[in-house]
Amino acid sequence: MAVARNVLELIGNTPVVDVSALSPNPDVRILVKLEGVNPGGSVKDRVARSLVEDAERAGVLRPGATLIEPSSGNTGIGLALVARVKGYHLKVVLPANVSVERRQLLAVWGAEVVESPGSEGSNGAVRMAQRLASEHPEWVFLYQYGNPANPRAHYEGTGPEIYRDVPEITHFVAGLGTSGTLLGVGRYLKERDPDIEVWAVEPPSGEMVDGLRNLDDGYIPPIFGELGGEKLLDRKTVVGPRDSIEWTRRLADVGVFAGISTGAALAGAVRCARQIEAGVVVILSPDGGWKYLSTGAWTGDIDEVTERAKKVIYF
Amino acid sequence: MTVEVRLPTLLRPSAGGAASVTLDGATVGEVLQDLERAHPALAGQVLTADGSLHRFVNVYLNDDDVRYLDKLDTKVGEGDVVSILPAVAGGAS
Repeated sequence: MAVARNVLELIGNTPVVDVSALSPNPDVRILVKLEGVNPGGSVKDRVARSLVEDAERAGVLRPGATLIEPSSGNTGIGLALVARVKGYHLKVVLPANVSVERRQLLAVWGAEVVESPGSEGSNGAVRMAQRLASEHPEWVFLYQYGNPANPRAHYEGTGPEIYRDVPEITHFVAGLGTSGTLLGVGRYLKERDPDIEVWAVEPPSGEMVDGLRNLDDGYIPPIFGELGGEKLLDRKTVVGPRDSIEWTRRLADVGVFAGISTGAALAGAVRCARQIEAGVVVILSPDGGWKYLSTGAWTGDIDEVTERAKKVIYF
Repeated sequence: MTVEVRLPTLLRPSAGGAASVTLDGATVGEVLQDLERAHPALAGQVLTADGSLHRFVNVYLNDDDVRYLDKLDTKVGEGDVVSILPAVAGGAS
């Protein structure tokens, strides 16, 4: 293996592992792409590098610049890593109710945390970042929800890697957050084979919906609308915290230590496997389990852990 | 077909405060029309004037977003649950 010149060169080229032992259908294989092996620990390292290098090419990032970004964790952590290596300052707008490990990781690479109300979830973080960015035009707001460099990281990296390693893929299942993964990977795969289905898994919106004053407070990531997300997806299904945690535990049974959103994606893949006759389902595991140990997801009483998960953003 | 329709907090005042209502219809579209008949204050909030789904509203049949099934023509079965939710950013870690 070649020696990397710096840690950013280690982003991507992640491994795929067969977990078909967990498939409810003997004719459906389930494979997991493990993004937790990225140097910052998540798929968002790809996005962070893409956002920053795109801004550098466009000339909007000068040496020593300050970046601001809303994130419930992984994008902030990825950006903190990239910013530290490249010499930028980073402010992350983070909902108050994220796991303690996410904050600790941000501190490792020197990012500054600006807290947004937990009850407003990711929507609230986006709103606060937009406001702060408009008050501080000297800061650079990369805006992962609206920046095509986000899905491009997956169109140029994650998607080609999946097709190279699993050319027999019939279904791709991943979580829907900014929609960057689904848009980028989905578009690449469908260009190679239009019969490949793309399934989105989303967490229940839960309490954060209660904070909306009217429907126009709703939020659809701009990249989802601009890049034809509605036409691209074949299915969108909700997976609740209990299913997510149960399937996260099942993954550990076959040795895969992944975060709770991977359990949600696996629950979606299992739903898919029950509905099709045969196929090869690839799911994307956004991160490893390390950042969720404090939630007791693997060892705690399932009812208690589920209740706790409802209050913590894990997706 | 009788189905349960779950309403988000912000629509409940227009439905007499109810968190869920029992309605009839053979498709999701028919159920939503029945909802507007039963609670006229909801007219225009879920379906637009031309009868399509409001942009910031997601409607789920059990666990699936109906935009990716047969949209408002999605057939409902006895005992199904239809949930109406505002579109929000997912976890987006």
